[in-house]
Amino acid sequence: MSTITTPRQDADGDGEAITQRRRSRQHLLSRGALYVAAIVLAVWVLLPIYLISVVAFSTNDAVYEYPRQLIPSGVSAETVTFFINATGVQAAFWRSVLVAVTSLILSTLIGAPAGYAIARFAFRGRDAFRILVLSTRAFPIVILSIPLAVTFINWGIYDSIFSVALMHTALALPFTILITSSIFVSVPRDLEEAAQTLGCTPLMAFVRVVLPLALPGLAAAAIFTFVLSWNEVFAAVILTVRERTLPALVLSSLNASPAPFRFAAGFTMLVPSLIIIFIIRRYLLGLWGRVSR
Amino acid sequence: MADIHLDAVTKIFGKQVRAVDRVELTIADQEFMVLLGPSGCGKTTLMRMIAGLEYPDGGRIRIGGRDVTDLPPRKRPIAMVFQSYAVFPHLTVADNISFGLRMRHTPKADIRRRVEEVAGLVQLGPYLERFPAQLSGGQRQRVAVARAVVMEPDVLLMDEPLSNLDALLRLTFRAELKRLVAELKTTTIYVTHDQVEALSLGDRIAVMREGRIIQVDAPMAVYDRPVNEFVGGFIGNPPMNYLRGRIERDGGTARVMIGEHALPVPPEARPDTAGDVLVGIRAEHVTASDRAVAGAIEARTEVVEPLGPQLLVTALVGDQRIKLLTHPDFAIQPDQPIWLQPDPGKLRWFDTGTREAIVPSV
Repeated sequence: MSTITTPRQDADGDGEAITQRRRSRQHLLSRGALYVAAIVLAVWVLLPIYLISVVAFSTNDAVYEYPRQLIPSGVSAETVTFFINATGVQAAFWRSVLVAVTSLILSTLIGAPAGYAIARFAFRGRDAFRILVLSTRAFPIVILSIPLAVTFINWGIYDSIFSVALMHTALALPFTILITSSIFVSVPRDLEEAAQTLGCTPLMAFVRVVLPLALPGLAAAAIFTFVLSWNEVFAAVILTVRERTLPALVLSSLNASPAPFRFAAGFTMLVPSLIIIFIIRRYLLGLWGRVSR
Repeated sequence: MADIHLDAVTKIFGKQVRAVDRVELTIADQEFMVLLGPSGCGKTTLMRMIAGLEYPDGGRIRIGGRDVTDLPPRKRPIAMVFQSYAVFPHLTVADNISFGLRMRHTPKADIRRRVEEVAGLVQLGPYLERFPAQLSGGQRQRVAVARAVVMEPDVLLMDEPLSNLDALLRLTFRAELKRLVAELKTTTIYVTHDQVEALSLGDRIAVMREGRIIQVDAPMAVYDRPVNEFVGGFIGNPPMNYLRGRIERDGGTARVMIGEHALPVPPEARPDTAGDVLVGIRAEHVTASDRAVAGAIEARTEVVEPLGPQLLVTALVGDQRIKLLTHPDFAIQPDQPIWLQPDPGKLRWFDTGTREAIVPSV
């Protein structure tokens, strides 16, 4: 690196060398800024996760310790066990998983074909449809939830995980549709047509050529839905009373619960999202690495 | 046996645009037909209708005597090579080539034998287990050709298959492709906007413009006897020269005048008309001299471009520009006078109004 120079060398160097040095210094600066930004962001995300994890696995006493120790003094499953065995937590956990999986399946089944249609077919009102799809997100969830709660009561599906799954599907759909449409656009139409000249029906061409290529993107959209549903709390609180999902249960009992319970709850909320993202992320990278040019 | 009959085939985009306009074309079995035209002339749309990827708004398409107009691509005896190659990125070379055979439920042993055979034919043997991302552009192009050829189609459709390759590869592949298709004896339709490709590959060339076929003939016939000014200008590099001329008749004798110069033309090579004409002549059919020659047109040299095997000279006849190809050793400098002798037998005549060729009646 030529950044360390004596003044004399600077004086001797011709104009070109100076501009070059200046350019490389600018380069270093912008790289440095990039790293700093990345580190700040990483700490911003990782520190709370770390703190929650540490406290969640500390002994009950250590939770109340002040000042907080960054390095845990003793590891104990006491807090987490306490949380997991608290009334209703396990049931709520499985309800949350079920709601998230149902939303994921529903939103993919409805959203992916819609995305495909937007990507492939020029139909009347396509642009209007694209905006309309987004407009569901223009209303606050509160405004959507109350009438929905009334409707669900009328239909007799209020206070069921299915109704929450429907709500989460509706919330996820705009993103699913827009994400999948951009994925399908990125799969060249030529490939589908080539498959059709090689003996495929349009459906077979989709299954054998488009789907494998779109899978990483579809998986990304699915992860997004899962995480959205897993973390969504407002609609879940309004639409359920006894059949609470985990976030809804935690939120409603937060004020009344001791600190260890809160940290353990936070940790339990965090883990499934992380695991899923890690699993599918590796799969994503694998497929993309192979597919992309 | 797969001859192709196109009967008044029409495709309309939107409400007004006739992309393909009542095209009539018969392609013989085992013939190599090139569809040639500038971009937007409808040649690709025509091919896509033959493939079944586009449904015609009018007319019928018959392949081997069978009307295929209403059949989807998979039920037509065709295979197609796409301009973008359209190689499946998630499949290995072997799986790409065998894709169509697997869709047909060909026995596994047969598939392996035929894939290896075809891969050998296009020199892909060592790459069968690779993914397209690990191949060069040229190799991907071979995969696309192999994938089509392995189907043993009655009709092979190729949509500008060489246009994405660099100049050197294109030259190599052109010869390879010609050899391959000659070996296979498949009826082939080849779309291109490159007149050199068309001349070098085709048994016949169909020149298209604005959705219509304007001339179908053997390559050299299209080159030598263009039916109108457009064809002469589109085919050949440099394009055919066009000079404004006049046929003056005085009793029984007639003279062809280019500006002030009389052009010696034997009566059998001359149209029977009188008045203004457009005289067409190819650059290689003009003999140039740096000294005055009796009967030659005097012109002024404007630009001299050495091309290697030839010298491309641009000269001015009065205010009209003419390009000619000479021997590379011809010593001529810009601004020098130059004397031009067009080969009278190679002159072509065009109507100044319609721009259509006027054929001498003999």
